[in-house]
Amino acid sequence: MPMSNLTLLFEAPIFSVQLLLDGLLIGGIFALAAFGMALVWGVMNVINITQGEFVILGGYVGYFLAEAGIHPMFGVPAAVVVLYVVGWALYRLVIFRIVDKDLFISLLATFGLSILAQQLMNEVFGADIRTAESGLANVYLFANQVTVAEIKIIAFVIALLLGAFLVVFLRKTRMGQAIRATAQNARAARILGIDTDKVYATTYALNAAICGAAGALVVMTWIIHPYVGLIYTVRAFMIVVVAGLGNLAAVVAAGLGLGIAENFAGFLLGAEFQAAFVFSLLVVILAWRHLRLSRQRKYLK
Amino acid sequence: MRKHPLFLGFLMAGAVVALAASPASAKVEGDTIILGAAVSITGKYSTNGKNTIDGYNFAIERVNEKGGVTVGGKKYKLAIKYYDDESTPARGAQLAERLIQQDGIKFMLGPYSSGLTKAIAPVTEKYKIPMVEGNGAARDLFDKGYRYMFAVLSTSEQYLTEAINLAAEMAQKQGKKPSDIKVAIAVENDPFSMDVRAGVLDDAKRHGMKVVIDDKLPRELNDMAATLTKVKALKPDVLVVSGHAKGATLVVRQADEMKVYVPMLAITHCESAKVHQQFPKAAENTLCATQWAETMSYKDRWFGSASQYAKDFKAKFNYTPPYQAAESSASVLVWADALGRASSFDIETVRDAIAKTEMQTFYGNVKFDATGKNVAKPMVLRQIQGGQYKVVAPTKWASDKLVWPRPGM
Repeated sequence: MPMSNLTLLFEAPIFSVQLLLDGLLIGGIFALAAFGMALVWGVMNVINITQGEFVILGGYVGYFLAEAGIHPMFGVPAAVVVLYVVGWALYRLVIFRIVDKDLFISLLATFGLSILAQQLMNEVFGADIRTAESGLANVYLFANQVTVAEIKIIAFVIALLLGAFLVVFLRKTRMGQAIRATAQNARAARILGIDTDKVYATTYALNAAICGAAGALVVMTWIIHPYVGLIYTVRAFMIVVVAGLGNLAAVVAAGLGLGIAENFAGFLLGAEFQAAFVFSLLVVILAWRHLRLSRQRKYLK
Repeated sequence: MRKHPLFLGFLMAGAVVALAASPASAKVEGDTIILGAAVSITGKYSTNGKNTIDGYNFAIERVNEKGGVTVGGKKYKLAIKYYDDESTPARGAQLAERLIQQDGIKFMLGPYSSGLTKAIAPVTEKYKIPMVEGNGAARDLFDKGYRYMFAVLSTSEQYLTEAINLAAEMAQKQGKKPSDIKVAIAVENDPFSMDVRAGVLDDAKRHGMKVVIDDKLPRELNDMAATLTKVKALKPDVLVVSGHAKGATLVVRQADEMKVYVPMLAITHCESAKVHQQFPKAAENTLCATQWAETMSYKDRWFGSASQYAKDFKAKFNYTPPYQAAESSASVLVWADALGRASSFDIETVRDAIAKTEMQTFYGNVKFDATGKNVAKPMVLRQIQGGQYKVVAPTKWASDKLVWPRPGM
């Protein structure tokens, strides 16, 4: 079937446009979750497995606003605020204990938090699949051959804006500079009078807030459920691994690329190989990078 | 450290809740017969797990209200001891072992989903403990020669075959051959949905239909855009989707959004996904497979009729019972009936009484064949018409006419 699917794409290239657009638009969401992960990983040396749960929690904020009769679009700022608080509280309760610890400890701790968050959401919100209707129309191009939901475009634009905001925030503001200084050398930053504890708390809360915004967008476009957060965690992890920690533009590029690759793989190989293809791609990229670095003798054995 | 402390803590909290919820833990305690069940209270099956538990509890309560079960001239009440299997088969098997070994449970009810039933059935079989289940429909549950497992529901390969037959029928009506029909299949990669697929493939082959798409969706499904783009490109006549509540929600939402038109869309789990409420316009004319419909004319002495069951259930739990709840309740009724007939707590006697079951419940007729599956009840296909579920197939139970092809968008 893959070959016939490929000829199909050549015969009717219009479907490639559809796949490309769908890939780009979901890639934007993945990129958001990856921003936060890169930030926390880079600054605090914590691999945060709870990314996906933050996304889903943000989705619930949007969902409950919609249930209360408020347009779910307001869920985006609301989720940012709610998740900022949640992130801050989580830092004060748990995360601060693991910042200086081994990477393995942070993996375990956030993995535990992730399970706890899933079960709590299941307990409190129930296990039903939730969606919120944005009430926005769809854009139809090429005589209905290509369709794009307006909400997906808006989600994509918001994702880019948030990314841009993050870059400006890190470059221009005092807090942003403090975050970068801490990332470079926490000890030196402390000596120079930066309250690194506060920096960490802000970083972690900021991460939760970004994920929350992503979630509020997800609930209007796809579905949320207490147990589907892992999708976003895994994608975010993959994007960060490919893009590296210090480069937000690369994160965006990797996120979009991942989305597009997934959609084309799903179309050509069938949905069952969608994820498999992308992860194989990850292995290839890492192997290639390893090869290149070893040829240039850029890493230590 | 084998398990993370947080995780362990949560488990312990869960166990405390489970202990508090059930009065005691032996097969018969005073005048109470205790059944055991491991059900998905948490994890990915928790929606349907809740339906299952509500169904069990509702039937237990009703049986007790109606005088309970008389065994050896003495009246007994029924109760259930639950554990949470966390939607993971390994945990389910472990808990079944625990129910039988530690808690001394001698009579079991099934978990939710085929996957979990597959994990638990070998355990109940090993200890020769009879289990009546209403939520494990995979067909390979019934080719293992299990002697102590009985299922009240139709097996899963029957779920959507009726849709294929309907499509063949409609093609003939239009003067086309059934072999002109193109079928697209998108199912989740789990035992249940793969059986649904196998049944559909068999019937499509029988009619000589062409299967143009055969996608297996990942278990962590969040987007069906790629599959639906393919549907749009290949224009099949029938699209069959089975992916629990997630798959149902996604296909209805995204097919509408992407303007993917198929003359016939047949899916499972419409009710638990509440597609008719969430997307009233997009879900219109979707065909939904169901084990049971409240409009059917089955009757029994506990619940009265199917519609009465639906009414009472809704009054108690505040939602319309999906078939998952109904078949769970029916499993309890089979126990009540069989224990009464056996009039003994001897496990083999009770097991034989279950095997000889021949009864009508609000859920349908129950009669087990040698493999333990219920051969007396057909699968039903309903179509969402004007926001209501209307039975359209099989013809014997059809209350309304099939709308075909679905009007264009």
